[in-house]
Amino acid sequence: MVKMSGSHALIEALYKEKVDVIFGLPGGAIMPVYDVLRDSKIRHILVRHEQSAAHMAEGYARASGKVGVCMATSGPGATNLVTGIANAYMDSSPIIAITGQVPRAMIGKDAFQETDIIGITTPITKYNFQPRHASEIPETVKMAFQIASTGRPGPVVIDLPKDVQTEVADMDFPEKIEIRGYKPNISPHPLQIEKATELLTKAERPFILAGGGVIISNASQNLQAISELLLAPVATTFMGKGSFPENHPLSLGVIGMHGTLEANKSILEADVLLAVGTRFSDRSTGKIDEFCPDAKIIQIDIDPSEVGKNRAIDVPIVGDVGKTLIELHNSLSKRLEKKESSLWSKRIQQIKDELRDKVRINQEKDLVPQKVLKELREMLPIDAIVTTEVGQNQMWASLYFKVYKPRTFISSGGLGTMGFGFPAAIGVKVARPDVPVFDIAGDGSFTMTANSLATSVSENIPVTVVILNNSMLGMVAQWQRLFYNRRYSAVELGECPNFVKLAEAFGAQGFRVDSIDEFKKAVKQALESHVTTVIDVPIPPEENVFPMIPAGKGLREIIY
Amino acid sequence: MEKKEEKNYIISTIVENKPGVLYRASNMFRKRAFNIDSISVGPTERKDLARMTITINGDEPIVEQLVKQLGKLIDVIKISVLNPQNTVIRELALIKLHVADAKARSDIINFVNIFRGRIVDVSIGSMMVEITGTPDKIDAFLTLATTFGIKEIARTGITALVRG
Repeated sequence: MVKMSGSHALIEALYKEKVDVIFGLPGGAIMPVYDVLRDSKIRHILVRHEQSAAHMAEGYARASGKVGVCMATSGPGATNLVTGIANAYMDSSPIIAITGQVPRAMIGKDAFQETDIIGITTPITKYNFQPRHASEIPETVKMAFQIASTGRPGPVVIDLPKDVQTEVADMDFPEKIEIRGYKPNISPHPLQIEKATELLTKAERPFILAGGGVIISNASQNLQAISELLLAPVATTFMGKGSFPENHPLSLGVIGMHGTLEANKSILEADVLLAVGTRFSDRSTGKIDEFCPDAKIIQIDIDPSEVGKNRAIDVPIVGDVGKTLIELHNSLSKRLEKKESSLWSKRIQQIKDELRDKVRINQEKDLVPQKVLKELREMLPIDAIVTTEVGQNQMWASLYFKVYKPRTFISSGGLGTMGFGFPAAIGVKVARPDVPVFDIAGDGSFTMTANSLATSVSENIPVTVVILNNSMLGMVAQWQRLFYNRRYSAVELGECPNFVKLAEAFGAQGFRVDSIDEFKKAVKQALESHVTTVIDVPIPPEENVFPMIPAGKGLREIIY
Repeated sequence: MEKKEEKNYIISTIVENKPGVLYRASNMFRKRAFNIDSISVGPTERKDLARMTITINGDEPIVEQLVKQLGKLIDVIKISVLNPQNTVIRELALIKLHVADAKARSDIINFVNIFRGRIVDVSIGSMMVEITGTPDKIDAFLTLATTFGIKEIARTGITALVRG
């Protein structure tokens, strides 16, 4: 037992959880914590808007596999975090958001900067806490980290009334903690492994759909081993991009609304589908009734509620993806010999060869997103990490920026949060200062959180933003072109702002490029200078992302 | 997914006895669009645990998903879907009835006796009746009661325990 204030206990508990950085912005109700933080070994990174703090924490978490921490004051500070918390919830990212709260006696009285952040964040967090006594803080932090980082990860909020932060109490820091209502089921049931083995050994056209769970569970190698043993092609969901090397002969790229032709066409030929760490989101499956209606489906997920939620499953397996894939591989390798090729793998190669160049790419111009991104891929080292914004830029990145390693492609999948990519990139760079970090952006998205340039420059966290600039809210414009008879409504952004001047105003370097050569020069400059860089790439305003499966349609109805 | 038969299900849970647990559960029902028929919460033999009993009419996949979503709530410790054959099910209703005259009054007293209920309050022109039993029994009493005129009803929703 040690006597100390709630704030001291919080920082001490965070330190014991090996937290080395907090992204945040102070305010009245969190000042006691900031006072203690000033003298601690934990680095604080000051943001200019709390939403970015949550995105930075998520970028940090997804690049490192550790828990990311962000902090804000009560009221507007806390509500500004909400978008970032919701994003982490949808994409199962482990972040902890610490918020100040008005003193206990003021709660419920509509005090200045009071908001019910527990009520607001209950549907978008894995759990949230509001300790009513300082002595609860060490245990609360321990539980928060355990809940955020284990099972299916997710965000946790700790809301601290100001007088709990200052209250002095005897503190007991537990090494371990038992949460009786929380016991994630890690180990798969042997009977289910047996059933899956049975199906897969008899399969003629096995197919693997890999989701974000493979990355979270660090199971890429296990996945690859199974794919090679079965000679099963692998399509990833958007969240699963990076879980399987996209230059592997069995890789089909990303599936879904803006997935590759190869992935979307060949999955329909599968007789057994092994779905790993994916929740069958509508963006991945298209119309669910037309998604592999005749295939037998095996689903592996650590979250029992995801198994069979969107699609009836023949063999459900609840367990950690990595552990399950190892056991499944052991079981399969007793029955199967590794082969060089099969009828099915040849068929897959044939589909890939047939469809590879079927998607239209603008041949008249050089500065088109497809070519820019292929060029960028060639210039960046294999372990460079890319984040994206949301919209056309994101889907072009998914299609044309090939990824070879897990945790090197980080994007807002479930929530689709414009403005995510740039602050996330900053968080990534904090976790991985050793690799180049690029945000593939659109002009609309980047403008949403461009004020993070201040953080990037003043905290010396150099990242590069490549803006695919069509002076449009491009994805909405694309839908208006395709489904609203070209009636543009509220999508034209104009040439505003001047991104070079914007970058320079924040002390970053900015380039506007007018050719592929200039683009390459700018990327080279960014890579060599270690300075925050904005590269403004004008692209044709009416460029569409293809392939595309219209919303609510089946995979067959892909247009390209 | 094929449409399965809809049935009444009773789901009994043991939860942490602390503020906010009912909010977390009801918030999840709303978020996932589960239409709950009733929910009742009360203490158990252990001070730190409460029992939350939920009834829902739905098909099997809906109930399975509800159970899984409840299982994800950190404050929910144990969940069982009760088998009505093996379960004692009770609900309590307070019913305020209109009393037109002396004959109505004696009829009501007779009915209440038959249903093994109790008269808990009497005033000029009205009576309050307490009926305990299965929801069917309460429904049956309410059908009779409409002939007198029902002023107000308060029902607790189901609570249940497995036999043995």
